[in-house]
Amino acid sequence: MTVAQPEPLNFECETGNYHTFCPISCVAWLYQKIEDSFFLVIGTKTCGYFLQNAMGVMIFAEPRYAMAELEEGDISAQLNDYEELKRLCLQIKRDRNPSVIVWIGTCTTEIIKMDLEGLAPKLEAEIGIPIVTARANGLDYAFTQGEDTVLAAMAHRCPDKAPVMEAEKEERNAIAKLLNFGRKKEDVVAEETEYVDHPPLVLFGSLPDPVVTNLTLELKKQGIKVSGWLPSKRYTELPVIEEGYYVSGVNPFLSRTATTLMRRRKCKLIGAPFPIGPDGTRAWIEKICSVFGIEPKGLDEREAQIWAGMEDYLKLIRGKSVFFMGDNLLEISLARFLIRCGMTCPEIGIPYMDKRYQAAELALLEKTCQEMGVPTPTIVEKPDNYNQIKRIQEQEIDLVITGMAHANPLEARGINTKWSVEFTFAQIHGFTNARDILELATRPLRRNNNLKDLGWDKLVKEEAKV
Amino acid sequence: MKLAYWMYAGPAHIGTLRVSSSFKNVHAIMHAPIGDDYFNVMRSMLERDRNFTPVTISSVDRNVLARGSQEKVVNNITRKDEEETPDLIVLTPTCTSSILQEDLQNFVERAQIDAKGDVMLADVNHYRVNELQAADRTLEQIIQFYIAKARKKDNIPEGKTEKPSVNIIGISSLGFHNHHDCTELKRLMADLGIEVNEVIPEGASVHNLKNLPRAWFNLVPYREIGLMAARYLEQEFGTPYVDITPMGVVETARCIRKIQQVLNAQGAPVDYEEYINNQTLYVSQAAWFSRSIDCQNLTGKKAVVFGDNTHAAAMTKILSREMGIHVVLAGTYCKYDEQWFREQVTEYCDEVLISDDNGAIADAIARIEPSAIFGTQMERHVGKRLSIPCGVIAAPIHVQDFPIGYKPFLGYEGTNQMADLVYNSFTLGMEDHLLEIFGGHDTKEVITKGISADSDLGWNKEAQAELNKVPGFVRGKVKRNTEKFARERGFSVITLEVMYAAKEAVGA
Repeated sequence: MTVAQPEPLNFECETGNYHTFCPISCVAWLYQKIEDSFFLVIGTKTCGYFLQNAMGVMIFAEPRYAMAELEEGDISAQLNDYEELKRLCLQIKRDRNPSVIVWIGTCTTEIIKMDLEGLAPKLEAEIGIPIVTARANGLDYAFTQGEDTVLAAMAHRCPDKAPVMEAEKEERNAIAKLLNFGRKKEDVVAEETEYVDHPPLVLFGSLPDPVVTNLTLELKKQGIKVSGWLPSKRYTELPVIEEGYYVSGVNPFLSRTATTLMRRRKCKLIGAPFPIGPDGTRAWIEKICSVFGIEPKGLDEREAQIWAGMEDYLKLIRGKSVFFMGDNLLEISLARFLIRCGMTCPEIGIPYMDKRYQAAELALLEKTCQEMGVPTPTIVEKPDNYNQIKRIQEQEIDLVITGMAHANPLEARGINTKWSVEFTFAQIHGFTNARDILELATRPLRRNNNLKDLGWDKLVKEEAKV
Repeated sequence: MKLAYWMYAGPAHIGTLRVSSSFKNVHAIMHAPIGDDYFNVMRSMLERDRNFTPVTISSVDRNVLARGSQEKVVNNITRKDEEETPDLIVLTPTCTSSILQEDLQNFVERAQIDAKGDVMLADVNHYRVNELQAADRTLEQIIQFYIAKARKKDNIPEGKTEKPSVNIIGISSLGFHNHHDCTELKRLMADLGIEVNEVIPEGASVHNLKNLPRAWFNLVPYREIGLMAARYLEQEFGTPYVDITPMGVVETARCIRKIQQVLNAQGAPVDYEEYINNQTLYVSQAAWFSRSIDCQNLTGKKAVVFGDNTHAAAMTKILSREMGIHVVLAGTYCKYDEQWFREQVTEYCDEVLISDDNGAIADAIARIEPSAIFGTQMERHVGKRLSIPCGVIAAPIHVQDFPIGYKPFLGYEGTNQMADLVYNSFTLGMEDHLLEIFGGHDTKEVITKGISADSDLGWNKEAQAELNKVPGFVRGKVKRNTEKFARERGFSVITLEVMYAAKEAVGA
């Protein structure tokens, strides 16, 4: 076996003929995350049909989202956009009384140049509910980037000064006293001093509440206090962001949000690898610590312990190859983690590659490849699925991470696949959830191990054509 | 603008794709933004298709907005023509491309110069027609295209087949139980001594379309897809068509009698009365079921029916005419074909509802409080909310409505399936009622099993809150695992830290 020479990452760009979810799908998780929101997708039947089918049973749970379905009269401007939107938003206000209405602009509103950003402030003033506009359309973005457009728009709405008045301070203390009822005064003081004195840190990226708690706690162990989180559970609780605050992203697809926080809110971005996998989580914490001049403690043992706890899964994938067809922008981080797990990865497909926002993650990927002695992957931006399937077949890949459009056809041809969308909805961040990533990644291998003696690998007849 | 939470029929391009991808070796290229190829996911997930769905996108992005598609669409067509050598490539417009108003016909003509296969543009207007209308139109269009082509080459086969034969028109991909229905119809035709000339579009080759005129008649089992094609063939070749859906005992007999009439008119001395009689009385179980005590108990029970035209109309007739059930309301979301639906069901129900607003149907159901609902997946969920059982009889549907087992809705086996569906829906409702009256199956206190019952461990507030966020079905397991971990390590209070440590340790 030859030892792989350290080589720089290789970037390519293909035709963009790939399958992914439309970015409007972000409403599916964002309406659940932001509990007092209402998402109004302004688009056509096509958008509605996608949402309805992609979200499956969620649709029946009286979701706080709806379509403003454009009709022929809207397209040809026979109807007045403002009046139409006002009618619909008043109906939403009456039925749901949300704290914010998020307008999701789509391909159609782009093409007919409906001025949502212009209409929103006027209507907002008239109906008295904040209206946030995000252009999460398929012309410009893929899948998870939808969240990026929404959070970038939300970043403008974060209060820029903590509204501390004396009376309120007193009241807060009263509540704090109430909460700490029964505990000794020293304990309460001790809790305050558990944190190192550092500039305020706000994290951005929508994660399920348990993961938010987990990552917050992880930083607390290092004495770092998370002042707020974009988005928070409620729109009315958006974090204060003042000039000079530090911010850090928890997901790789949040480049617009990062840019907005830096340029418009004058924050300092901590560019770190993302807390996906124990290696990523550790690097993420270390980077934040280093910015605040803190010596991280206990991370060595912590990481080692997590790796040890995953040995049963690691045995299954060590030495196997993984191929990312690319559709949700988590690919670089997941590949970096799986390479650390002992896999090889010839190709990482990705819809869009922001080399600046992901710089630290890319550096860690390169370093991981060197340390593990495997060739660096080719990163293929805007991949071409047809060509990729050819490469998958030629390279006899052990595991393909792909969208549902290709998963069943590949399985029928004897190729193990994992549905990529699951990584978006599963809890994959932090030390604690590392095992869950492997639970997902190894599932096809474990299942197919169970079936391996049955001789049912290829379930399609040899294709006649070449 | 319309505020919509749910839609019954999909957008037009879905109809076009359903028809084009039902054919063998036909590829569709959508002129659409990235993300609009959700059809592929549906084929792969709902139908569990083993093959790659023959649909790709020629993506509309910012560059296209700025400069037009230029060579892009043409290149994508010729590229696919080389890669997969399809017989036909259907360029499919979407809502996005409709507004761009690019001259797609021109792209098709230019691509046709280089492409070895045929290329055509699907003629559907996104803002005027829905999935079903578009599917109907696309099927007609493809047939017209190949009939015209065969005429030009003068290779349309002469005359009819020797024995009576039929084309079954309208079986398509992602259609509700279409594959099973197709098998059942073929079986029925075999019983009747009728050869199946062609089945379209499912599994058909476009090269065979020129053989369509050889059939003695066309059978269009579904109201929504195939009628335009059948009318076209009647007009061009005088081929008669039968458009009675053989769903339910009475309608199946009516369909067969109509076939008999059509064949008799062309000189085939067939008489199916004995077959109908034999099937109805002794082979199919549905007629006997109607007479049995089980079905007697259903007499006068209230039901609501909602779905597409074909299934809602047939179901209304079955419930009312064959089982003595009181259909209070029958409805359809096929607004464009309202007249037909009214004619079909008026005498079998109290009210007719024509609407594609799911709220209106839900309100009607809540008002009527039927004992059972027969509707789409949406009505099933309305039923869940109101605790009324629901049998799913029409699209929109979920993956469980694509059963692996044999479950036709048409023909004599179909009548058996329908009887089961109806009976199961109602008895479940009755059982539920009895349980409510007597307070459940097992009224004794359930004794909690497992170690968490006599827990000596305290959960602090944060940990308890965190535990409550764990989905219900695994919460017990997480609780037990965490407590086991805490006990082994000697923690007396479970905090968030203990919880996460436990998760890391045992992978709970």
